[in-house]
Amino acid sequence: MTPNLNLWLIPILPLAGAAINGFFGKKSSRTAVSTIALVFCGAAFVWALSVAWRFSSLPEIPHQEYLAHWIRSGSFVADFAFYLDPLSLVMLLVVTGVGFLIHIYSVGYMWDDPGYYRFFSYLNLFMFFMLTLVLANNYLVMFIGWEGVGLASYLLIGFWFTKDSAASAGKKAFIVNRIGDFGFLIGLFLLIQHFPSLNFTDVFEGVPRLTPGAGTETLLTTVGILLMIGACGKSAQIPLYVWLPDAMEGPTPVSALIHAATMVTAGVYMVARSHVIFERAPIALTVVAIIGTLTALFAATIGITQTDIKKVLAYSTVSQLGYMFMACGVGAFSAGIFHLMTHAFFKGLLFLAAGSVIHAVGGEQDMRKMGGLRSYIPWTFLTMGTATLAIAGIPPFAGFWSKDEILWKAYQQNWVYWLIGVITAFITSFYMFRLLFMTFWGDYHGIQVDAHGRVHAAHGDDGHGEPHESPMVMLVPLMILAVLSLVGGWVGIGNRFEHFLAPVFGSGEVAEAGKEAATNFTEYLLMGVSVLVAALGAILAWVLYVSKPYLPQKIADGFGSFYEAVLNKYYVDELYAALFVKPLVDGSTRILWQGVDRKVIDDSINDAADGARHVSDNVRHMQSGNLRSYAGWIAAGSAAVIAYMIWLGVGR
Amino acid sequence: MSVHLVLFLAFGAVAVAGAINLLAQTHPINSALSLIAVMAALAGEYLLLGAEFVAAVQVIVYAGAIMVLFVFTIMLLNAGVEEHTQGSRVAVMFGIPGMLLGSLLVAWVLLRHSGTEAVAAGALPGSPTTIGPLLFHEFLLPFEITSILILVAIMGAVVLASKPPSAPVPPRKGD
Amino acid sequence: MVPLSYYLVLSGILFACGVTGFLIKRNIITIFMSIELMLNGVNLSFVAFAAHWHALAGQVFVFFVMVVAAAEAAVGLAIIIAVYRTRETLNVDQVNLLKL
Repeated sequence: MTPNLNLWLIPILPLAGAAINGFFGKKSSRTAVSTIALVFCGAAFVWALSVAWRFSSLPEIPHQEYLAHWIRSGSFVADFAFYLDPLSLVMLLVVTGVGFLIHIYSVGYMWDDPGYYRFFSYLNLFMFFMLTLVLANNYLVMFIGWEGVGLASYLLIGFWFTKDSAASAGKKAFIVNRIGDFGFLIGLFLLIQHFPSLNFTDVFEGVPRLTPGAGTETLLTTVGILLMIGACGKSAQIPLYVWLPDAMEGPTPVSALIHAATMVTAGVYMVARSHVIFERAPIALTVVAIIGTLTALFAATIGITQTDIKKVLAYSTVSQLGYMFMACGVGAFSAGIFHLMTHAFFKGLLFLAAGSVIHAVGGEQDMRKMGGLRSYIPWTFLTMGTATLAIAGIPPFAGFWSKDEILWKAYQQNWVYWLIGVITAFITSFYMFRLLFMTFWGDYHGIQVDAHGRVHAAHGDDGHGEPHESPMVMLVPLMILAVLSLVGGWVGIGNRFEHFLAPVFGSGEVAEAGKEAATNFTEYLLMGVSVLVAALGAILAWVLYVSKPYLPQKIADGFGSFYEAVLNKYYVDELYAALFVKPLVDGSTRILWQGVDRKVIDDSINDAADGARHVSDNVRHMQSGNLRSYAGWIAAGSAAVIAYMIWLGVGR
Repeated sequence: MSVHLVLFLAFGAVAVAGAINLLAQTHPINSALSLIAVMAALAGEYLLLGAEFVAAVQVIVYAGAIMVLFVFTIMLLNAGVEEHTQGSRVAVMFGIPGMLLGSLLVAWVLLRHSGTEAVAAGALPGSPTTIGPLLFHEFLLPFEITSILILVAIMGAVVLASKPPSAPVPPRKGD
Repeated sequence: MVPLSYYLVLSGILFACGVTGFLIKRNIITIFMSIELMLNGVNLSFVAFAAHWHALAGQVFVFFVMVVAAAEAAVGLAIIIAVYRTRETLNVDQVNLLKL
């Protein structure tokens, strides 16, 4: 007897919080708003924990729960139902846990913002959609969540909608996402056509039963590539990554939650979930791996040159997502999910800490205007340092275990992937330590800031003119995430994580255990190489940004126009604007607006009206007041009537 | 060539000549006199058909009263020779052909269906003794209504033709 | 013996003359007289048919037509007098204020 875990509570609780804050938040006090938001999000987290607690005692994996009937059309059935297996449990805990911490952080960060209630309403709404996505038992409900998180992202990126750049960034994110969604939808249509169902169980049991042959190969490869296009949009891979750097216009907690920990990982989750399809379509898998690898390298190179602290982190996110897709592409789905989890911890922490830094220096985001903040904001420094060590892949921090797992699996597939991964790791370590050193070492280059807001009244004495530490409500989540960034990777030791996910991804990966003993030496060697590389990156960053700060400019000048290109993100945005945006806008203006809307629709109505007026103008002359013309018409008309009647009569 | 036919042609010629003269004359009084001639000729036609009462009424009422009214009005208003003004092109372009077409059609139909049966002279004597009972028995209602109609017409004519009321005299000071 | 059709042709000619006069004449009174001419033509055809079908009702109808013609002539002429008083003209082309 399958117990009912009431999974539906997990998404619905944040939805309720969003609704309450949305409708009543405007008139409520900030305490009330934050209480509602935290309570409902926290309740979802608690419920997720209770589900995790009872998970091991579930009789059947995957555990599905049916909530409500939705589409029953012929043989096609798609219902509101939930699906719980180790993969979705991991995602669930990450989303609710990290989400809850970020909610707490936001209470402090957004305290002075006039749109306070709106922020928490959107944040809870996002949680609802993300949890729907993760818990869905069929692709269609997952798509609801998929679109919904895109919507929430748009709302939150453009949160300060009075700023043009923020509004445009929100639009850009949504539109680029939609391009990916188009691919996703076509993939879903193909699935409906062939299965005909979108339920995970139906599809994943149906795929192995398809007769092997060219037709099946093509179908699965096509579906795989289309799903990957959707993932590229949502998870910011080449060529649809351009929205993520612009998304930094949103408040920092948004960047942490949506663009680091959860929404952008939806693509990875979806690919991992669809692994059955991908495993039978090796070409699609290769495409995934290549896209992931190239994106990882590409974004990392851009990250070296950026000066805005959030933009560096944005490109870093794109790069790390590339790692996750590389992992999935070589078949190491659990490694990808492992990195997803650790990435949520340290990237979320990095963003929150960056927010703390920005808060401390009064809103400045340019790193060149920071420096020497070590002494002013020690807690932020410590937590950010922890996260930097984690992302660089220094043991025993979390990033080391997950990144290494990926590099090891990549090496087993093809050493080229491994090589590019290692180079990217070097660059990652370099730019992250660069960020750390530029922000926290050296002299403070910033302008003196005034104390602002009620929250800082507590440190009123040291607030004037100097960067100041953030309040406890912001620091505690940072500390918790720092601890997780340290210990979060330890679940991977001894392949425990992989074993946990084995029911999902099959024992194919676990069978590697047999091979491991023989190649243990290689694995340790590669581990050593990656640690060495990370250390080299850190040292290089130290040299360039602490000991000899005049060097970076000379190197940049040495590279000349190549440096300019990298600084300008390889002009990709400009390329897209010229290739796609401008023709579309021009075509829309000239053809659709002036041509169709004005000439066809408006003019046809105007011409109809004009025509009516012309006709009546001419007919008007019939009533001239002239008696004789009336008589003439009467005579002519009566002649016509008489003729007609005679014709009728004679005809008989 | 019976007498009947000769008389018919004679009266008919007078009627048509009078009608055409009505059209041809420019002074309305001449047109009025031509019309009186037409009516007189028609009275003769009625007699040929045996409608004595109608012929008498034609001469007394139509020619004797209505046309006199016309002549009075012409002289009252001192109508002169018609001026030449730009008439309506429609009337000439559409009306006359229309009228011609209509008449021709009607004539054609009537001729086709009525054949050449002859109507005897005095075939249906319509003396007061025969018309009277009809008038007061079967057609009593129309008869009474037409009397009311005449009453209304008289009142209307009086009202329409009377002089408009003059402006009220302002009260003198001191009243 | 005169065939019925002869009477009808005569009636038609008179009617046609009446219509023509209505269309081409410019004096209002002359137009009225054309109307009377039309009525006379119609009267003739009524009487002719009455004789043809031996139905006295035709002649009674002529009687009524004449009554109505009288009433109409009276009222019409009164209107003409009223119009003449205001417009000082009997030219029908100049009485054309009722236009769009």
